[in-house]
Amino acid sequence: MATIYSIKPLLAVIVSLLLIPVLISSRTPNIREGWTFAIALAKFLIVASMVPAVLLGNQIVFTVAEIIPGLAIRFKVDALGILFALVASLLWIVTSAYSIGYMRGLKEHSQTRYFCFFALALSATIGVAFSANLLTLYLFYEMLSFATYPLVTHHQDREARSSGRKYLLYIVGPSIGLVLPAMLICYHLTGTLEFTPRGFLAGAASPLMTAVLLFMFIFGFAKAAIMPMHAWLPAAMVAPTPVSALLHAVAVVKVGVFSIARVMTGVFGVDLLAGLHLGTIVCYIAGFTVIVASLMAISQDGLKRRLAFSTIGQLSYIVLGVALLSPKGMTGGLVHIAMHAFGKITLFFCAGAIFVATGKKYISEMTGIGKRMPVTMVAFFIGSLSVIGLPPTGGFFSKWYLVLGTLESGQTTMLIILLTSSLLNAAYFLPIVYHAFFCSPEKAMFGDDIQEAPLWCVVPPVITAAGSVFLFFYPTLFVRLAELAIGL
Amino acid sequence: MNSHFPALIIVVPLLSAFVIVMAGWLNKKYCFPLAAAALGSSLVSAVAMLSRVMDSGPFTYHLGGWAPPWGIEYRVDHLNALVLVVVAAVAFINLIATRAIVRADFPEKTGSFYGLYSLFATGLLGVVVTGDAFNLFVLLEITALTGYALIGIGKQHAPLASLNYIFMGTIGASFYLLGVGYLYLATGTLNMADLALHLSKISGSTVVLAAFLICLTGLYMKMALFPLHAWLPNAYACAPSAAAGIIAPLTTKVMVYVLIRITLFVFTPAFTYAHLPLNQAMIWLASLAIVMGSILALSQKSLKKILVYIIVAEVGYMVGGLWIGNRISISGSILHIVNDAAMTLCVFLAAAGLQFKLKGDSFIALRGSFRKMPYTMAALVVGGLSIIGVPPTCGFFSKWYLISGALTAGTYQFVVALLLNSLVNVVLFFRIFEIGYFEPFPGQDSHRGQKAQAINEAPLSMVAMLLLVSAGLIALGLFSSDMVTRIILPSIPAGIL
Repeated sequence: MATIYSIKPLLAVIVSLLLIPVLISSRTPNIREGWTFAIALAKFLIVASMVPAVLLGNQIVFTVAEIIPGLAIRFKVDALGILFALVASLLWIVTSAYSIGYMRGLKEHSQTRYFCFFALALSATIGVAFSANLLTLYLFYEMLSFATYPLVTHHQDREARSSGRKYLLYIVGPSIGLVLPAMLICYHLTGTLEFTPRGFLAGAASPLMTAVLLFMFIFGFAKAAIMPMHAWLPAAMVAPTPVSALLHAVAVVKVGVFSIARVMTGVFGVDLLAGLHLGTIVCYIAGFTVIVASLMAISQDGLKRRLAFSTIGQLSYIVLGVALLSPKGMTGGLVHIAMHAFGKITLFFCAGAIFVATGKKYISEMTGIGKRMPVTMVAFFIGSLSVIGLPPTGGFFSKWYLVLGTLESGQTTMLIILLTSSLLNAAYFLPIVYHAFFCSPEKAMFGDDIQEAPLWCVVPPVITAAGSVFLFFYPTLFVRLAELAIGL
Repeated sequence: MNSHFPALIIVVPLLSAFVIVMAGWLNKKYCFPLAAAALGSSLVSAVAMLSRVMDSGPFTYHLGGWAPPWGIEYRVDHLNALVLVVVAAVAFINLIATRAIVRADFPEKTGSFYGLYSLFATGLLGVVVTGDAFNLFVLLEITALTGYALIGIGKQHAPLASLNYIFMGTIGASFYLLGVGYLYLATGTLNMADLALHLSKISGSTVVLAAFLICLTGLYMKMALFPLHAWLPNAYACAPSAAAGIIAPLTTKVMVYVLIRITLFVFTPAFTYAHLPLNQAMIWLASLAIVMGSILALSQKSLKKILVYIIVAEVGYMVGGLWIGNRISISGSILHIVNDAAMTLCVFLAAAGLQFKLKGDSFIALRGSFRKMPYTMAALVVGGLSIIGVPPTCGFFSKWYLISGALTAGTYQFVVALLLNSLVNVVLFFRIFEIGYFEPFPGQDSHRGQKAQAINEAPLSMVAMLLLVSAGLIALGLFSSDMVTRIILPSIPAGIL
């Protein structure tokens, strides 16, 4: 395994930061969105150009500045990081297209501000993905927290204000109150914060201290929405839908689980966690979240809120998979970062398209909508298949690996939780699709004439749904990256 | 010329103060350029001395050629070279930024204001550069008297607040003088280096002990450490914006510098930390100051009032770091002198800009401020994030060293206080941001579908300086490692682990 020194990781992070002055000074919306596209594409290409080297087992390193003696802002691109960065940067391109359709379709105000903070949020996301140490990760994690606040509260009304408060309380409170002291304690105990393949905490902390630190991280990274730190996510659904789609199904929430995965593997190390049986405890915490979130999702009538609770459950799948500490389970968890992203972003795109075309937010108002918006609803169906974990979608693979992982590590309870949850997932998604297409004419709330949302809103969910199907047939890239990430 | 920087740094603004007042009688236009030139030259001197100290180590200057311990000695080492740059830079930047505000606030008294301003800066610079304990008192009084005047010329309650400050400030200064008097009785010298030499031999003396405690009390009053803080909030909040921009960032920080100078360089670290069973009590006191500053800030109803209570909490940071007494925590304290001066300057300049354009700093006046004054508010956001302690702004790094030091020493109450303060600061600042962002200003119906209100920004010099300072907050953060290893660590006495 070779280490390559290259400026590419830094470029991948700051390219969208450089976009902000350009966006502010753009004369017309078309120029502005043109730039957004160009930069999103550039970002993706920079990330993608690093994939071959990583697949060969190399890692790409760049040190920006030493900010505390012995501690630097440093980027390290490894398999885990690039898996996440690839997903986030690819889906940003699609979301940029969708944003145009959505924001213009609804004649939203302050669109320049919106695109600027979106770019900032993506910089922070890639920064987290490529962090070489805990300090760098924390820096970008906090940057993301504050960059998304104006996006969540975009509507600037009373509801946005109270949701924004909840968002900050749940996200920033734990990161300052738990992650920051946990990070300082780690540094105090070991004198380093650099992620290493086997972790650096083993032997430095007592078992009790190790357990306390682990829980400080798991609950401190509240973006992962592990119960009881989940309440911000449904509240954040007041944001415009593209924000919910990319940030609250892909970037922000995955930054949370990514950070947890990174800390569990790079700080604690699999051996230490297994030796103290801490993995099992985390499994139970995540398993609890999986089941309870799924049950809560069933009772939600707001479509975006239902998706939010579904996301809470699916995020804990990833944590659960990593906490199984077995090769198959961890692979499944990490692959689920990608698979869930494609599925869930499709669902959010569809929810937004429905809102743009009809103004409807509630599931009870969507009976018969399949006849009016067939393309959207087919995409929705494929997205929900992927989240449930059924073929022919990518979601099947991650769930398959997760189930194998539970068998491999002998966690029968987790197996039951996973299977139950899949049934629950089906129970909260499939009725929506069923009622959309198959309902008696007298119950239908929409006419028979096809009237889809603007093209900019319809094409993106079709692309991501196709992506989900594509990942069923060609999951190799993500599976291989996940395997590399856990050292297989 | 080169070797006279320690004198020039205060002589130039001192003499300029009188020239400015006289020039004001001729034409008010001359006052600002003269003040800018004077303080600019001080800044140049300060930077030159810092680079000389970094190159070739500490050096001394004998005022009037009189040799110490009889003559007054100015002694420049890493510690005060750094603080001198901070003082000179803040004084200069605030001067430039508030030009239009001074013109509007004091059309008749421009000359007097800039004269006082120069004298105030002279006093602060002198306190930092001097190596003589009594000379320090004299310069402290210059600072204090001009400070009272600068605050007292404000509107409404300012004279009363200034009077309150005079009482407390005078008592504090008298305590310090009394302590120095005791030291003179015990040693027969007033030169700090000389004092240190003598004091290390008679550390068991009751007179020395009394001197130490009396000095400490006096300094605590002057730096407004809780519970001796009561004079500060009204004095700073009522001060005219242009004066608050120099008084608030610098006064408490310079007093913390004096505290460090007295406890570690006049008295030895061995005496300060080991001879007295004070450390734990002082760390508790500092933690209490941080917590109480936070709580009191929460109950305030205007921007400036919130900011002044944040200063009360920040004093606890630096005092706590000093008393924890290891190299990391003391680095944190010294770094925080720099960082806190910069971030307080940032938020006070923003507050001055807001008050100037919005005619007030109450929560009602701040409605819609993001739309009206986007650049000023952007700077306030950066300043706020730095005070909260979000990386890569500088506030994070001083907090990092302070918490690291506290963990090493096992003083967990201080860690808890710092974290709590960060969380409270999130609430404080986001409450202001919420008002500026969500609440429509009078005459605006809603945010949706309405053409943006015309931007009505603060004067150009103010906005330019605000952006400079807020960029500086990030730069200070990114270069804090250099600053700690090259300036701050060499400045800490060798006896401290």
